[in-house]
Amino acid sequence: MTIDTSPTHLRDETGPFFGEFGGRFMPESLIAALDELSAAYDEAKADPEFHRELAELHRTYTGRPSIITEVPRFAEHAGGARILLKREDLNHTGSHKICNVLGQALIAKRIGKTRLIAETGAGQHGVATATAAALFGMECVVYMGEVDTERQALNVARMRLLGAEVIPVTTGTRTLKDALNEAFRDWVANVENTHYLLGTVAGPHPFPVMVRDFVKIIGEEARQQVIDMTGALPDAVVACVGGGSNAIGIFHAFLDDPDVALHGFEAGGDGVDTLRHAASITMGRPGVLHGSRSIMLQDEDGQTVDSHSISAGLDYPGVGPEHAWLASIGRATYTPVTDAAAMQAFRLLCQTEGIIPAIESAHALAGAIELGRTLGEKATILINLSGRGDKDVETAGAYFGVLDAGAGA
Amino acid sequence: MTAASVIESPVASAIEASRLSRAGALIGYLPVGFPSLDESIDAAVALVENGVDVLELGIPYSDPVMDGPVIQKATQASLDAGFRLRDAFTAVEKIRARVDAPVLLMTYWNPVVQYGVARFADDLRSAGGAGLITPDLTVDSGADWLVESDRTGLDRVFLAAPTSTEERLRLAVENSRGFVYTVSTMGTTGARAELGLAAEKLVGRLRSVGSTSACVGIGVSTADQIAEILSYADGAIVGSALVRALAEDGVDGVARLAAQLATGTGR
Repeated sequence: MTIDTSPTHLRDETGPFFGEFGGRFMPESLIAALDELSAAYDEAKADPEFHRELAELHRTYTGRPSIITEVPRFAEHAGGARILLKREDLNHTGSHKICNVLGQALIAKRIGKTRLIAETGAGQHGVATATAAALFGMECVVYMGEVDTERQALNVARMRLLGAEVIPVTTGTRTLKDALNEAFRDWVANVENTHYLLGTVAGPHPFPVMVRDFVKIIGEEARQQVIDMTGALPDAVVACVGGGSNAIGIFHAFLDDPDVALHGFEAGGDGVDTLRHAASITMGRPGVLHGSRSIMLQDEDGQTVDSHSISAGLDYPGVGPEHAWLASIGRATYTPVTDAAAMQAFRLLCQTEGIIPAIESAHALAGAIELGRTLGEKATILINLSGRGDKDVETAGAYFGVLDAGAGA
Repeated sequence: MTAASVIESPVASAIEASRLSRAGALIGYLPVGFPSLDESIDAAVALVENGVDVLELGIPYSDPVMDGPVIQKATQASLDAGFRLRDAFTAVEKIRARVDAPVLLMTYWNPVVQYGVARFADDLRSAGGAGLITPDLTVDSGADWLVESDRTGLDRVFLAAPTSTEERLRLAVENSRGFVYTVSTMGTTGARAELGLAAEKLVGRLRSVGSTSACVGIGVSTADQIAEILSYADGAIVGSALVRALAEDGVDGVARLAAQLATGTGR
């Protein structure tokens, strides 16, 4: 017998723990459902028919593979680095969220669930879940913080048009974290016929690893696309981080490429020197939230602290456990980007490239501008453009004062 | 024999005593700091003076996934009024100085993690507390709590649900000390008109894997429900109904409800 001396393969981690992070801290009432889900997922993972069905859906429904767009006019503002966008904004439903949703909806079908519930912040995950429910003929209920239903009214209407029931959450801080709480409460009561289609790489095992596996196609496609385009790996891969699904989606394929720097940009809100931000990794510390051990914004007593971001999708005080682990071992770097910097990058991409990004993704763009100035013009930076900005037109229009009076009436 | 059964449990003793004198135990829940710290202490004392055998004091937490609207509202009010973890130890100490019933804290896990599991156990013990009920910590995720509760001799109450497998029920029974919290129905806390057959069936399954102390909670709000539960279980747990009474009618109101509920135990 030989001893395995090969280097650790970071891509091989399958939970329930990533280092000290992850696990399953949940009420006993939900453990049976989590066990059932774990078993169904393991079975599906080993079933070529499942992979074939998902791939076919992605080809004929999602619109995969998503393209890469090089953005030279934008790059002039980023130190002249070569900047490539992975266009998840062009997916059906407008963001990377559809990748996870279709995967989980297929799993839900396999285990005979007829009702999908989901939490949503910006509404992107809610829209994607409502879409899958319509496609598979399932009932759908989406929990959304009351604050978010106001700032993302268009997505609320979209979900309703798709046949979903949207329930505004009025407890706690009335944002994404409270929508998760409410979805867990619904699941406890309705676990027999209901699948909780969690929208990010957080929550109890198996969610972080299962969601990761469904979104890692982003990086797998992009890695090959960049090699085909440039003949080499990128120098840096960049994404915004709220819960962390789009970031892990593009990072994962590069985890064992040590020369590729991985940069996650968190929502810095009004600045991390204020109390109004959502920079969980930068400013948080380890603890247990929503079923797993990770890093979160909390007070001395372990009460979750309110987060703030102009982007509803990043307005979450926690982060997925795999990111907490990647930060702790130094494999990925996480840096805050303020609302103001994100909005400047938002406008820059609109006006230099004719692409309106989601405000979430604009955090990655802003981070890449700084990074490009540091790395210089020889560098290639791959950015996950995780979503499109149609849903943010009202927020951005108001921010930049370009809405005509009465336009919203 | 497991470690859990070697250490003497004040809660198990109180439940046993109530079984000898009456149909079984009445366990009452109230959150610390609602409507104020002093009133929550007075209300807890009033519960015991009116027939509650074991107290379950809830630690307010920002993300209470097992709680329904009544308890959420009360714990949020406590947090808004400035609740701190140390208030829970103060409450336990003051209540224990006035009445003899054992006091368990019900807490989500993160506050304990942040306080430090060992330090939390020591301070709870010093305050005269009996142990913890942990709604989002199961035996398989609770290695450090098993160690610290054994070291300090504190009770640890794990939950059993209608959906739990036999293997998991066994895990809960063998590692709980005090009682096993038998979740009557799939859902969050809050009064329900009908309890259904799930609770009785679950207690039967717990008995078959060796439970000698199974108490039924979630959805329990009337003396009739308590009497029904005590025909097959060792104790009945009432939470939201008491919290509602406290919110609407103050300490006197919650005392009256406790006395009325206690008739369900044959008191």
